[in-house]
Amino acid sequence: MARCGSARCDRVIDTALALLAWLVALLVVGMVGWIVADLLRQGLPRLSWAFLVELPGDAGRSGGIRPILISTLLILGVCLAGSVPIGLATAVFLAEFQRGHRGFGPLVRYSLDTLAGVPSIVFGLFGNAFFSITLGLGFSILSGGLTLACMVLPLLIRSMETALRAVPAEHRLATAALGLPQHVSLLHIVLPAAAPGLAVGLVLGIGRALAETAALLFTSGYVDRLPDSLLDSGRALSVHIFDLAMNVPGGASQASATALVLVALVLLINAFTGWAARRWLGSLHSTTF
Amino acid sequence: MTDPQICLEACDLSVRYGGRLAVSGVGLRARRGRILAIVGPSGCGKSTVLACFNRLHDLNPACELRGSIRLDGQEILRPGLDVLALRRRVGLIAQRPNSLPLSIGRNLTFPLRHHGMGRRVDRQDAARRALQRVGLWEEVKDRLGRPASELSGGQQQRLCLARALVLEPEVLLLDEPCSALDPLASAVVEELVASLRGNVTILIVTHNLAQARRLADDVAVFWNRDGVGYLEEQGSADAVFAAPCSLITAAYLAGARG
Repeated sequence: MARCGSARCDRVIDTALALLAWLVALLVVGMVGWIVADLLRQGLPRLSWAFLVELPGDAGRSGGIRPILISTLLILGVCLAGSVPIGLATAVFLAEFQRGHRGFGPLVRYSLDTLAGVPSIVFGLFGNAFFSITLGLGFSILSGGLTLACMVLPLLIRSMETALRAVPAEHRLATAALGLPQHVSLLHIVLPAAAPGLAVGLVLGIGRALAETAALLFTSGYVDRLPDSLLDSGRALSVHIFDLAMNVPGGASQASATALVLVALVLLINAFTGWAARRWLGSLHSTTF
Repeated sequence: MTDPQICLEACDLSVRYGGRLAVSGVGLRARRGRILAIVGPSGCGKSTVLACFNRLHDLNPACELRGSIRLDGQEILRPGLDVLALRRRVGLIAQRPNSLPLSIGRNLTFPLRHHGMGRRVDRQDAARRALQRVGLWEEVKDRLGRPASELSGGQQQRLCLARALVLEPEVLLLDEPCSALDPLASAVVEELVASLRGNVTILIVTHNLAQARRLADDVAVFWNRDGVGYLEEQGSADAVFAAPCSLITAAYLAGARG
């Protein structure tokens, strides 16, 4: 490469670099804007309170998405109930008890990283074989939620482990030097201090779970009526969008409206999780003395 | 027969990290209620030895100890010892102020609560007394609910000292407590340490020979041979500073080595 030492030449390169960085950033924002604008253009006219609370009709071309919204929340609830306790416990194990590069920890991390790379359709097949058939749960919200739990676990654990490791070691040392047991340090100092990072992991997991379609086709099914129980089949929002867009001629605008609801739901859950994490972190600085 | 004047005693103490010998054959004695300054160049195992006295090395699985340490004649390296109770008796102040991510007040009441002081009024009272003892009460009494991280470095170090004192330890281990502080804050902490003489047995690691001269009743000089730390000389501060027995100590104290 030709060397360019003059001050003017350096200025030109700096300006070009800055311009390029701005351009790429604009491109990213533009893409998100385009997607949202397209969804709004097609979906907003269909969106109303009735759309949220009515039953779907004519294979989803008319009516609303009430049963689908409820099924989605139930599937998400099962997924989180299954994945968060296991995920947090494993992250604590990895971050607090297996900090080194020896022992059982590296094997767990390697397994998780491998699992994280497995395509969701494979999780769907596994969920179908294990939860639906072997455990006899059939096509149900329980099967779907538990399959999603398996799928989001690697993401959840690795991000929660990172959050716990980011808590300064000095805090652990300080509590140990005061003669406090590890569980006190963990529950009262480390976990609250890691709350914002843990919330990020949770948000990533929820996002992945809500976006999932393939794994649910084989496990929770795609019946669009209101589920009677967790053992009943139910259709998730993402499956509904897929079905309307691919299998139902004339369903595109309904699909866009459903996608808008999905995006709003993700944003709402993210905001709530962030708020809850800040509250937990705030509990550290409780004004009671 | 143990000398009742001796509070803490290490015999033939060796420390290995991941199999590598870091400190070898240390025999150290700390007199009750006195200040023992541990001096020496970097990398001679002063802080390593200090952390052994309240078994903080247990947190590092790669660390391995040989020898014996006795607190009031009781062996503290034996397996099965209640380490948490030991750490309550032997407090440690780290090099950098490590206040907990809690409010100023809760930094003191939190350990008390988990050590079984049930009544809030008692905890608040003990915390107030500890803060008064380190001269911090007037500075913080109106903002006890604010995060401790808002305090200056010197104030945080005094808060850490108060947090250790609130548990009424018999021994305080200070690992270069002034090295991260400016001269003014450093002088305040030093005065505070001096004021504890007689009540608490203090072991203080310091790089500052002038500080050791001002504070110490006894001095231990550590040195390093082929990457392994050892105790070169120990004795009363007057004797060691005025007439050191070893040539290495003499050269170190004169500023010619280390």
